[in-house]
Amino acid sequence: MARGHHDIGGLPGAGAIDQSEHQLSDWEILADAVNQALGARGIKRTDEMRRAREEMDSETYRDMTYYERWIASIETILIEKKILTKDEIDRRLGEFEKEWGEP
Amino acid sequence: MNSQAGKFKPGDRVTVKLEDRPGHIRTPWYIRGKTGWIERVYGDFLNPESLAYGRDGLPKRTLYLVAFNQADVWDRTAGPTDKVLVDIYEHWLDRTQ
Amino acid sequence: MSDTPADAHGHEHPKHELSHYAKRIYAIRDLLVEKGVLTEKDIQCQVEYQEARSPANGSKLVAHAWVDSAFKARLIADPKAACAEMGIDAAAVNEFVILENTEKVRHMVVCTLCSCYPRPILGRPPDWYKSFNYRQRAVVDPRGVMREFGLDLPDDVEVRVHDSTADIRYLVLPLRPKGTEGHSEADLAQLVTRDSMIGVTDALPTIPE
Repeated sequence: MARGHHDIGGLPGAGAIDQSEHQLSDWEILADAVNQALGARGIKRTDEMRRAREEMDSETYRDMTYYERWIASIETILIEKKILTKDEIDRRLGEFEKEWGEP
Repeated sequence: MNSQAGKFKPGDRVTVKLEDRPGHIRTPWYIRGKTGWIERVYGDFLNPESLAYGRDGLPKRTLYLVAFNQADVWDRTAGPTDKVLVDIYEHWLDRTQ
Repeated sequence: MSDTPADAHGHEHPKHELSHYAKRIYAIRDLLVEKGVLTEKDIQCQVEYQEARSPANGSKLVAHAWVDSAFKARLIADPKAACAEMGIDAAAVNEFVILENTEKVRHMVVCTLCSCYPRPILGRPPDWYKSFNYRQRAVVDPRGVMREFGLDLPDDVEVRVHDSTADIRYLVLPLRPKGTEGHSEADLAQLVTRDSMIGVTDALPTIPE
């Protein structure tokens, strides 16, 4: 089993703390609100979200930003609970991307 | 927050189990195997190890504030009286002399 | 099917430029509302709830505790009740503990395993609190972290780092700065920064310009 990639207290190699702060983007505010709303409705628990993040592969965990990790774990838990499917999300995202235009 | 009748009381010396258990664990790696003392008894809480998998978290576990001398946790330490304090569930603690 | 960002007043990015997961939350939200799992109102309520929360709440508590020692005792004994006294809604915190700094003791709070933080009192945590560097260093080198934030403590001060691993949420009650005896409560609140309630610094010595 060994130490989880999230279990980092005391690990060496950490540098100076970047004290800059960023204003949250729309999508981050939305991720935060959806997460809290799902909790308020009793659909998921914070413990489940934490576990979902811990189960991510470690490179993905380190590479994603904070709210990206939240979105990934929201998705994992919703799929696990059979509330949404990956296909549905992919399809709806595809529809949105057509509306939004190509990058 | 009331002090439930858990196994330990403030002042008791305890050692965190040096174990590697699967699943969602809230006992950090750096404190496993370390010896400290009970600072506070926080009472009984649903078990996050069970809640994390959609189960009901029962039976509740007693949660403690456990204090450690930094000098007992790390090889190097700065302030001689510095402490690290961790919220740990009873099933991760063994009584120590 | 809509992706109206009416629920957010953040920083706008053209959506096609967002990262994979950033885009995905719009699809997830849309589906959840369509299926009746959540309502738009649920989401909007959370946006508003979060916006109403900021370190100003904590500063108010601390400043009042500094001027009123009976209130300070109540705050330490039953923090949620003391918050209610001051009209601060701390109901969402499961358990809440005040860590009182003194001349000889300083507290610092971290969540090494994720980023647990007293959000109902202070709002969202700063990016640095959630960073890997803070989570790694806070428990092993708290004095080094404090020095980066401008606080250099002598050895005869005890530093107590709390790793917030369970449902308890911690708020540091910083030391009242010297020479502030004549200050109004509102002025005192300006000295109580968010960082001083996490414990990486003391309160400001003087009111910022």
